Amino acid sequence: MVEYNDLIFEISRSGRVGYSLPKSDVESIDLQDRVPKHLIRDEAAELPEVAELDLVRHYTALSNKNHGLDNGFYPLGSCTMKYNPKMNEVVARLSGLSRIHPYQPIETVQGALEILYNLQEELAVITGMDAVTLQPSAGAQGEWTGLMMIKAYHEQKGEKRTKVLVPDSAHGTNPASASVAGFNTVTIPSNENGLVNLEELKKHVDGDTAALMLTNPNTLGLFEKEIAEIAEVVHEAGGLLYYDGANANAILGKTTPGSMGFDVVHLNLHKTFTGPHGGGGPGAGPVGVKEILIPYMPVPRVEKDGDQFVLNSNCPLSIGRVKGYHGNFGILVRAYTYIRTMGNVGLREVSEGAVLHANYLRKKLEPYFESPYSQICKHEFVLSGSRQKKLGVRTLDMAKRLLDFGYHPPTIYFPLNVEECLMIEPTETESKETMDAFADVMIQIAKEVEENPGIVLDAPHTTVIGRLDEVEAARNPILRYTKEEAVLEQGKEIVKA
Amino acid sequence: MSNTYRYLPDTEQDKKEMLELLNMSSIEELFADIPSELRLKGELNIPEADSEPTLIKKMKKLAARNISADQYPTFLGAGTYDHYIPSVVDHMISRSEFYTAYTPYQPEISQGELQAIFEFQTMVSELTGMDVANSSMYDGFTSLAEAASLAVATTRRSKVLVSKAVHPESRAILSTVSKGQGYTVEEVSLAIDVTDLEELKQQIEKDTAAVIVQYPNFFGSIEDLAEIKKIAEEKGALFVVSSNPLALALLQSPGKLGADIVIGDMQPLGIPMSFGGPHCGYFAVKQKYMRKIPGRIVGQSHDDKGKRGFVLTLQAREQHIRRDKATSNICSNQALNALASSICMSALGKHGIRQMAQRNFDKADYMAKSLGKKGFNILNKSAFFNEFVVELPCSVKEVSSKLLEAGFIGGYDLSLDYGFDNQMLIAVTEQRSKEEIDQFVEVLEAVVNG
Repeated sequence: MVEYNDLIFEISRSGRVGYSLPKSDVESIDLQDRVPKHLIRDEAAELPEVAELDLVRHYTALSNKNHGLDNGFYPLGSCTMKYNPKMNEVVARLSGLSRIHPYQPIETVQGALEILYNLQEELAVITGMDAVTLQPSAGAQGEWTGLMMIKAYHEQKGEKRTKVLVPDSAHGTNPASASVAGFNTVTIPSNENGLVNLEELKKHVDGDTAALMLTNPNTLGLFEKEIAEIAEVVHEAGGLLYYDGANANAILGKTTPGSMGFDVVHLNLHKTFTGPHGGGGPGAGPVGVKEILIPYMPVPRVEKDGDQFVLNSNCPLSIGRVKGYHGNFGILVRAYTYIRTMGNVGLREVSEGAVLHANYLRKKLEPYFESPYSQICKHEFVLSGSRQKKLGVRTLDMAKRLLDFGYHPPTIYFPLNVEECLMIEPTETESKETMDAFADVMIQIAKEVEENPGIVLDAPHTTVIGRLDEVEAARNPILRYTKEEAVLEQGKEIVKA
Repeated sequence: MSNTYRYLPDTEQDKKEMLELLNMSSIEELFADIPSELRLKGELNIPEADSEPTLIKKMKKLAARNISADQYPTFLGAGTYDHYIPSVVDHMISRSEFYTAYTPYQPEISQGELQAIFEFQTMVSELTGMDVANSSMYDGFTSLAEAASLAVATTRRSKVLVSKAVHPESRAILSTVSKGQGYTVEEVSLAIDVTDLEELKQQIEKDTAAVIVQYPNFFGSIEDLAEIKKIAEEKGALFVVSSNPLALALLQSPGKLGADIVIGDMQPLGIPMSFGGPHCGYFAVKQKYMRKIPGRIVGQSHDDKGKRGFVLTLQAREQHIRRDKATSNICSNQALNALASSICMSALGKHGIRQMAQRNFDKADYMAKSLGKKGFNILNKSAFFNEFVVELPCSVKEVSSKLLEAGFIGGYDLSLDYGFDNQMLIAVTEQRSKEEIDQFVEVLEAVVNG
């Protein structure tokens, strides 16, 4: 394949267009007559000028330099890179769903509201909660929404609690969301089994504790067996329990955060419920709550009044709005389509498959890597590259070596409490053969580390580009294209040649 | 026996072999660590699975219960617009190398996405006249709240002034966010259709972190950013402008008019209305705030052989590094929609975007004039882009339902958020033909006279 490294601005040629608008059927106004001169643009924005085929070739070439889930196995821990069903894409693009305006009269969007209402109801069942809001755009926004509700709940009781407890294995967004919601974070260390240290927890829980945020199974893929006791400790002190649903793929139809004692839950629909990740988004992060928190839920709420679906914003104790309109509707439609495709039995089988796959792969790899928590895991597991590190090869190097074999590497260096961590989540949608092939490559890399470490240290060898200098990028940030910079770049190319 | 679910590949034989390696006889053993009292008894109380053909039918039926812009010409705007989206946009974002990828944490196999974001950042910088743009935000509304938080954190001041001519949902979200972060928000009242600058001068003080306005504002009117900048600057407050990127094709860039932060939503450029989401917020700043910008940013770098490439950069700002010290918790963004917008902007190009923006000016002007000729009062005193406010002799709700009967989606009811009875905010994009506009005006005339 011919290498293609141009930016869209570099293939731009003055006069080319990639659009067509109808001839104007009304008189054109002269802005000079209307708009004060200083508010009229004096220099056109330098957007590229390309014909449609140039455009198509450009973005096709870019896509060829991108690894998606459809290209190959993507065992990125905590991200639940499961198959993104094509049918969901078809449904979300139906014009009755994609070409409707959020402020249309309520009687013209009954189908859309019915989807939202049904999704709320089904997610409430799946999480064991009493009500669900679909507004938050992503997991982190869901966390913040949940914490704002917790804050409002305590304040309504006349209490100003400032502390949110977070285990050391938590996702980075947990403490960040707590901070943005105005709480102080206290980190709770894990015990030697990788679980919440109940004794440590008890030391920190007091009348100032607003909530404990927990992922269960946690980021090590381990189920917090003492969750009932943990919940009791927090509840007794008047605090609430927040469930980070990033790992919900492990528990569908097996247990619910509600039965574990959680009061608030967010789900990442782009993880567990197949909304595609889109290269970083859009996602959707619905939040479920127990009855005590219903008054504080964001507005508007989708409700059913007789056989009509309505929007209710008349909720005096609500924390208010958290997101524009009705949440990321397109992603919600995809998730609903997925849930309807799997049904009650199917969702249970999803989690069974996810857990079976994670344990199978763990067992296959354990002889070759340190396994700090060698026990039954849920949907994901962690390995440590500490054995390889002693031989001079780091986890990062092994991750880069995986690229040569067409795999997206696992999540690395997270959670923070595992040295040289590799966090692997195969998901239920991958076949046994795919996992076997991946395991073979991992084992081969482990052998290479012992016999021929250079090949791992210098990896990747087959990608379109080698390891990039991240220090250069951060020290001398070039964050946009400029002609001047492009000329400099060309100069470098010529010197090299 | 064959499998039931098309997304689950395990056959009975597969399961058996995997369990054998685990030395187990059933999958149940893998769930033994969940205490039995927490276990669900029976199946989830939701309906059974639907087959693909059945579900497609059901979803089409639900979709058919909505009235789409394909069926009824729409004159609704108020932050979300029915614009032309070149076919090429959806085709290119449907390449699954893009839409099934995660955040580009492994740059060697993510150059496509990273370069696309770098190009997006460039286009946003160009339109806004700012130095740096990030890779996208949830939407324009949440972007505005993040801008306010940035201003508060940077200036260490505790008050934010926001014009009432800023979208009501932006203000509502700002209000929610401010409660978490502990700053106060004051609204600046209107001088008819624009921000009241005299009021602003009265309200601004040395504890004001930011002055936030919208351009064009919620009523479609074009605020005088130069004047507002002077007022903000005098008190050392950051100047935050929420802007419609399509309008920026013809309006002076907020950057040139002194904005410190420019935010907004890319929806008008390549993103379907989709009942309000997902859209795509953008966030652009002056150079000096580069290291404070929330969300992900892509930068240019080189590999070990000196070849140009792109990486996520300045990550020290981000939630996963800063954890409890973070001032923003944004993680996922709207990358795929940013890509859609980039493709749309590339298709339109330097001239097309101006032509499209001009067409919006023209169509709205034509409609306002037509209504004026019929005796309707247009309330905008300033120049407007593709939206304006018309006064009706009766409630908007009443008129809207009559319009609906006639096959039109009417404008936005300003009695809702502003208490302005009998005032309709009408949007006219390049999508509306002269014929549709004429018919709408006729119906409106008949309705109010009828």
